[in-house]
Amino acid sequence: MLKLSEPIYNALRKHGEETYPHECCGVLLGRSENDVNTVEDAMRAGNTRTDAAHNRYHIAPQELIKIQRQGRERGLDIVGFYHSHPDHPAQWSKTDFAEAHWLGCSYVITAVTNGVAQQTNSFLLTGTNEDDKSFEDEAIQVEELVTGRC
Amino acid sequence: MKIFIPTPLRVYVDKQDAVQVEAGTVGQALNALTTQHPDLKKHLYSDEGKLRAFVNVYLNDEDVRYLPEKEATTVTDADSLSIIPSIAGGC
Repeated sequence: MLKLSEPIYNALRKHGEETYPHECCGVLLGRSENDVNTVEDAMRAGNTRTDAAHNRYHIAPQELIKIQRQGRERGLDIVGFYHSHPDHPAQWSKTDFAEAHWLGCSYVITAVTNGVAQQTNSFLLTGTNEDDKSFEDEAIQVEELVTGRC
Repeated sequence: MKIFIPTPLRVYVDKQDAVQVEAGTVGQALNALTTQHPDLKKHLYSDEGKLRAFVNVYLNDEDVRYLPEKEATTVTDADSLSIIPSIAGGC
């Protein structure tokens, strides 16, 4: 299961609307425990695939290292990634699968149609290596922030 | 020097986020890492012994593949290595 707050959920969907008709991408920082990836922050990343940004994304390793370092300073790990599918369903593609190497991490995809975010789905990359890896549908639990009362 | 391990590979290094090794070069550091943690080797290297295409190794903020001396680059205890699998895709 993927757990995230409503503001984070809304932020990653909004990112896809902002970059439309290009794909957005980002990194999910949080904690992974008992088969639950809990997201504490969503970090926007640049899409280096400027040659085909309408249907491809790639995050520069330097940016990943920087985000990983920022997470470590806050006691957080990389637990997943997100990207958008402009005018395409929120379903993983052959390219998504071939390029997925972070076993145990959540891959979140938001379909954006005519600039408006539609369905958001998450897929957990399971398996022990490149030969037996697979994407499994993963439930998303969006939690409302509870504010204190005076 | 310290080698930072990404989330998916920590299961092969006793769940540590970093491993300390003694080494004079990048290659020696990676060799020390896979000697200490042999199960990690097949996840980093192909059967031909080459670093897998999707595995990036950075010395501080530099991609080792693009360093003039690549894995023969000398390192000190103050340096760090990061192993970072690539992230890409698209519809």
